[in-house]
Amino acid sequence: MFAGIDVGSLVTKAVVLRDGKVAGYSIISSRTNPRKAGEQALEKAITNANCKREDIKCIVATGYGRSSFSFADKTVTELTCHATGAHYLNTEIRTVIDIGGQDSKVIKLDESGKMSDFAMNDKCAAGTGRFLEVMAQALEVGLDSMGEFSLKSDKPCSLSSICTVFAETEVISLIASGAKKKDIVAGLHMSIARRVGSMAKGLGLQKEIAFTGGVAKNSGVRSAFEEFLSVKFAPISEDPQIIGALGAALVASKF
Amino acid sequence: MEGEREMWKAQGIDLKRNDEFLEAAGKIYGDVYMKQPNRPKGMGFFDFVMSEVHSIRPKEMIDHREKGGKVVGTFCVYVPDEIIFAANGIGVGLCCGSDFSFIDAEDILPTNLCPLIKSGMGFKKGMLSPYFEACDFIVGETTCDGKKKVWEIFDNYIPTYIMEVPQKKDPKQRELWLKEVELFKEKMEKESGVTITPEVLGEKIKLINARRKALERLYELRKSSPLPISGKDALLVSQIAFYDDPVRFTSKTNELCDELEERVKNGEGVVEPTAPRILVSGCPMVIPNWKLHHIVETSGAIVACEETCTGTRYFDTPIVDETPTDIDGQLKAIADRYLNIKCSCFTPNDDRIDQIIKFARDYRADGVIYYTLQFCLTYNVEYEKVKRALNKEGIPLLRIETDYSEEDTGQLKTRIEGFLERIS
Ligand SMILES: Nc1ncnc2c1ncn2[C@@H]1O[C@H](COP(=O)(O)OP(=O)(O)OP(=O)(O)O)[C@@H](O)[C@H]1O
Ligand code: SF4
Ligand code: SF4
Ligand SMILES: [Mg+2]
Repeated sequence: MFAGIDVGSLVTKAVVLRDGKVAGYSIISSRTNPRKAGEQALEKAITNANCKREDIKCIVATGYGRSSFSFADKTVTELTCHATGAHYLNTEIRTVIDIGGQDSKVIKLDESGKMSDFAMNDKCAAGTGRFLEVMAQALEVGLDSMGEFSLKSDKPCSLSSICTVFAETEVISLIASGAKKKDIVAGLHMSIARRVGSMAKGLGLQKEIAFTGGVAKNSGVRSAFEEFLSVKFAPISEDPQIIGALGAALVASKF
Repeated sequence: MEGEREMWKAQGIDLKRNDEFLEAAGKIYGDVYMKQPNRPKGMGFFDFVMSEVHSIRPKEMIDHREKGGKVVGTFCVYVPDEIIFAANGIGVGLCCGSDFSFIDAEDILPTNLCPLIKSGMGFKKGMLSPYFEACDFIVGETTCDGKKKVWEIFDNYIPTYIMEVPQKKDPKQRELWLKEVELFKEKMEKESGVTITPEVLGEKIKLINARRKALERLYELRKSSPLPISGKDALLVSQIAFYDDPVRFTSKTNELCDELEERVKNGEGVVEPTAPRILVSGCPMVIPNWKLHHIVETSGAIVACEETCTGTRYFDTPIVDETPTDIDGQLKAIADRYLNIKCSCFTPNDDRIDQIIKFARDYRADGVIYYTLQFCLTYNVEYEKVKRALNKEGIPLLRIETDYSEEDTGQLKTRIEGFLERIS
């Protein structure tokens, strides 16, 4: 059996593979101590997979905190891992858009599933999960319900700012001017789609396209992307947030 | 150095901040430089220069002034050192590579300005640099918009002379530039009271050419595999070229090259020959900015060349023609040489793109990292052209835009390691 740990900047994910299939996984917060988060996530995934630590032959760590997880046999970047995970679920995939807590990434894959090029946001948090969290707070909307909520909008607000700080100010003034929350949220989703979507276009968008990372669970961002890029995302059969950890486990199985 | 504190005090340096800066820089230096494996012995001199960075060379400059010479600060590789030295002057590239001094500049400059400019302004305004305080005046240039306008602010703190660097390289602009070089000669003569003779100018042309040749020799050796020297060490040599005494620098660099030649002969390298080789291309990296090189070289790759002002752009365009024996001919040779530098402030600047491709081949690069400082418009915009050209040639390319802070180290590491995974 093999394990992959994705110590993300906000969330740590672990996947345990048995006979090349996902046997168990876990998703926990990384906010405390990234080293501990890695261990805890692994333990939980092992429990969920109904196996023991000794059964795991090789562990690969990925994600922002990959080098702080000391039990890894190898570390690989999440760029390679998201590509590997997505390719495993659907070999037709040529582009992965991964939006996590701190980064948005666009990854190109060749037919064999190898990462062939990528683009990433600069250090600014605009267009990431963290950005949405800040906005959800400002709007007093639950993070999990943002997607559903925005889908009800028929007139998304247009937001000009791409910077988290300015966007927050803009959101606050929109609320003050009486704009509907659902329209503001839909506008925020559009702004993410525009920003990350342009990055994807710059790289040369190729089908099929998978959307991964925690933000992929937000149906509003998904549909904003599909509208902006005029494409439909390829369905994936696993939780989009664990694709990096899945890729790491797959790398472990070939190491 | 003995008596350094008295020297700083007399210069008006902010002693407390200076101590803080030296301590921080010393620590970074230890982490970045002293832990490298298989360093050439010849780097010892450069380590020493760094350990005395605010002491020995500034002292030499102060002594030079006491003997009636001039010290002239510069910020750009377009300012001809030959003329400064021919007027019994010392030319020195000034401090602008650290965010330590941002706080001193932030109250008078916009936040969205290139870190190099902000840092330089801060070092002067905050009285943090013995180099600035040793200068009689500084020479700015009309290259990028940020610098062009900041000279006017600089002039409130230190006399600032400006050379007009044109933006195109047509005959008309070449003429203008020649005129600027002639005016600069007059300025130096007036400031120093020295009449620049063809004999002395000829001598200084040879002096600065010798410095270029030493650097060229160093870079030539970096074309071999395995690499006999790390990118970090080579970068440091390039950076020190801007302020050390040219005679001493040239001789120490040549000594280093002798050692590296032996290494190459014996097939001895600082890393395995399989380590991916990177060409870095873009904005200058001023001491103590070793950020990108450090990340690359702690991720299993090695930098083989810098197509930057603290790299090839400093020496690579043909050396100044040494044949003219009259002032007019010499000034024309100087003007010609400098205008061949390929900075993105020029339009068009296609020669630079051809050169990046050539360097990628010559230095056997497995990939190119396009390095830009945040808010450096010209290099950032030029990326698009470089990308098209390199894509066509099938040369892998990664773009990194960053500043002097450490905040984004983790994200940069992911990108760089991802790039290495991609090209492996
Ligand atoms: N159900 C959900 N609905 C909407 N958003 C969600 C949901 N679950 C998670 N998220 C978002 O996903 C983000 C975390 O995603 P992920 O786990 O991919 O990040 P990460 O890997 O820690 O970050 P990074 O890759 O940038 O280092 C959170 O910021 C949150 O906004
Ligand atoms: S990048 Fe251009 S303007 Fe800046 S130092 Fe180099 S040559 Fe001068
Ligand atoms: S790096 Fe760019 S913006 Fe900064 S001084 Fe040089 S040319 Fe100007
Ligand atoms: Mg992630």
